[in-house]
Amino acid sequence: MNNLKVLLNGIVRENPTFVLLLGMCPTLGTTSSALNGMSMGLATTAVLLFSNLIISLLKSLIPDMVRIPSFIVVIASLVTILQMCIKAYAPSVDASLGLFIPLIVVNCIILGRAEAFAAKNTAVASAFDGLGMGIGFTIALTLLGAVREILGTGHVFSLSVFPDQYGALVFVLAPGAFIALGYLIAIVNKLKK
Amino acid sequence: MNRLTISLSPHVHGGDSVARNMYGVCIALVPALVASLVFFGLGAAIVLVTSVVSCVFFEWAITKFLLKRDARSVLDGSALLTGLLLGFNLPSNLPVWIIIIGALVAIGIGKMTFGGLGQNPFNPALVGRVFLLISFPVQMTSWPIPGENLTAYLDATTGATPLALIAQGNLDALPKMSDLLLGSTGGSLGEVSAICLIVGCLFMIWRKIITWHIPVSILATVFVLSGLLWLTNPQTYVNPVTSLLTGGLMLGACFMATDYVTSPMTHKGQVIYGICIGLLTVVIRCWGAYPEGMSFAILIMNAFTPLINTYCKPKRFGEVPQGKEAKK
Amino acid sequence: MKKLESTWYNMVIVLTVICIVAGAALGFTNSKTETAIAQIKERQLTDGIKEVLGGGELTVEETDTIEATGAVVYRTDRGTAVQATDPKGFGGALTVLVGFDAEGHILGYRVMDSSETPGLGQKAQQWFQRDGKGNIIGKKAGSLSVRKDGGDVDAITASTITSRAFLRCVNNAYAAMSGSTDVQSGATRQIGGQSNE
Repeated sequence: MNNLKVLLNGIVRENPTFVLLLGMCPTLGTTSSALNGMSMGLATTAVLLFSNLIISLLKSLIPDMVRIPSFIVVIASLVTILQMCIKAYAPSVDASLGLFIPLIVVNCIILGRAEAFAAKNTAVASAFDGLGMGIGFTIALTLLGAVREILGTGHVFSLSVFPDQYGALVFVLAPGAFIALGYLIAIVNKLKK
Repeated sequence: MNRLTISLSPHVHGGDSVARNMYGVCIALVPALVASLVFFGLGAAIVLVTSVVSCVFFEWAITKFLLKRDARSVLDGSALLTGLLLGFNLPSNLPVWIIIIGALVAIGIGKMTFGGLGQNPFNPALVGRVFLLISFPVQMTSWPIPGENLTAYLDATTGATPLALIAQGNLDALPKMSDLLLGSTGGSLGEVSAICLIVGCLFMIWRKIITWHIPVSILATVFVLSGLLWLTNPQTYVNPVTSLLTGGLMLGACFMATDYVTSPMTHKGQVIYGICIGLLTVVIRCWGAYPEGMSFAILIMNAFTPLINTYCKPKRFGEVPQGKEAKK
Repeated sequence: MKKLESTWYNMVIVLTVICIVAGAALGFTNSKTETAIAQIKERQLTDGIKEVLGGGELTVEETDTIEATGAVVYRTDRGTAVQATDPKGFGGALTVLVGFDAEGHILGYRVMDSSETPGLGQKAQQWFQRDGKGNIIGKKAGSLSVRKDGGDVDAITASTITSRAFLRCVNNAYAAMSGSTDVQSGATRQIGGQSNE
């Protein structure tokens, strides 16, 4: 598998949200707006890229029986570093995502890719895999956030589609996340056929 | 729909069909419909017509263009019934566009997504109503005052419902018991008149469209539980008769919870289902964030219906209970 | 390169090394970002204090923390700003910074931290301002409550719970400023079944 294929694999064929259904907590929790979804996606991409890279570099040094704790330590450290950087340099992102940033640690995509891909492949391929999965996740979250924001409030990013009193508030709330995600997956499946 | 070929044995068709039952329920709703027109006038008519027309339209359009099935099934009356029940659950001053969204959600998300009649896990009309309640809380919780200015629609004067008064602890301002019974009180347009709903329910039981198990177990549970609460503290909790007559309880117990598709199949299951709905309703009313819990209670128990069906299977003919084989 | 065997010795060494490296990386990042984070917090707070006291330069003369409620009182040369928290908003705790003049009239407020519902409770930042529908600016704090509870403040439409929590914050802030220890007494009565949010 060449690197481009690995990259596209994460974006389309094995899209973490629409196909693998991994990382549902941040997917449903942070996508109340397109911007929030995109910030969460980018933060996850950063962690995924570095965790895949570091873990594939260390893979022959880590004994099998302690690989999960080792992976978790690496991932948790990366997430904490990211959180401190966001707090220091992007306070507005911190205000809107807050609690969900530390939760990246327990996002299944990260450990899942470390286990399924980075522990078996070269560093370069793993980095591409992390990047591809991250971009796929970001696209999915941005899309879901955009759909929810438009239906819920009538605008997306700062573009106004219709006046906000016509927005169905449920889409900004948790039940709307499930409904919107369900229909998005249905549409994606239909298109892939 | 192709008729199954039937051979041998002389079979007599009972004349029972989806359409017969659905139209039977619609007839049972007529008294409450008349009551809503009397109390809310033009607004009620606009809401009901919009709701029914758009539900039937969406059912037809989705069956024909998305599912690509024979669209004649739209005539079986189930979409008409969903439209009526959805309308019954809305305030009579709701703008037309919100009703159309509600109908789209009820039929599109609540029913057709799962494959149409018979396969929907949740009562479609309630899915529509709860969607609207969460989405448009401001419009969905302003209730026109009954009997006042019957030609007003969007600009009808609004007032508090009995349940809102109870939630605020304002028990002295409650309307008279006779008003609650007849329906001269604020609320969704079809839920106000308890007596008309009871008449409709008795009609359905007489025509064997439903059995008594679900409505009676719900009403009895609410009566007993709210009675117990009332005995402990009559200042905060209303008396059990008022609990029965207020809000969507009658409408829900008689017409929404008894939906064939989403309620358990056996009588034992139906009683369990009814008791749980009654329990949840009282809990949400007394301690929840919303003044009324009927629609949430029914939806929650809809989700449990498959589980109840699993544990309350009807006994097979000729089946011998384990360990009792000797007795015969 | 061959994979290390899972012997007891290897495992301890590897885990220890990974933890030490990770710890060092965290410590390094922390030392780099610590001051920036503190500055941002500081700036948000001073901006907030300026805003709720009507804008313009001011100096904070005294800072008090009320132990019982966690309210923080900033006495300045242009009035007093109090940051108070109420744990019972619709989505969790609600923290509001309120500015008072010497007589306890509200000069301004700012919602510092909230997890209220977007489109409903989140409106609190605009709703109670001078040009909002539930204007509280200029009112005397202490026993503010929403109309449903017999007060004279219009609650945010369909968000009575948020409105109550907000007014409890304001009342608690006033209580903290005026030095009363019985800060809960100003809180509005909590009623069993609440409405409509």
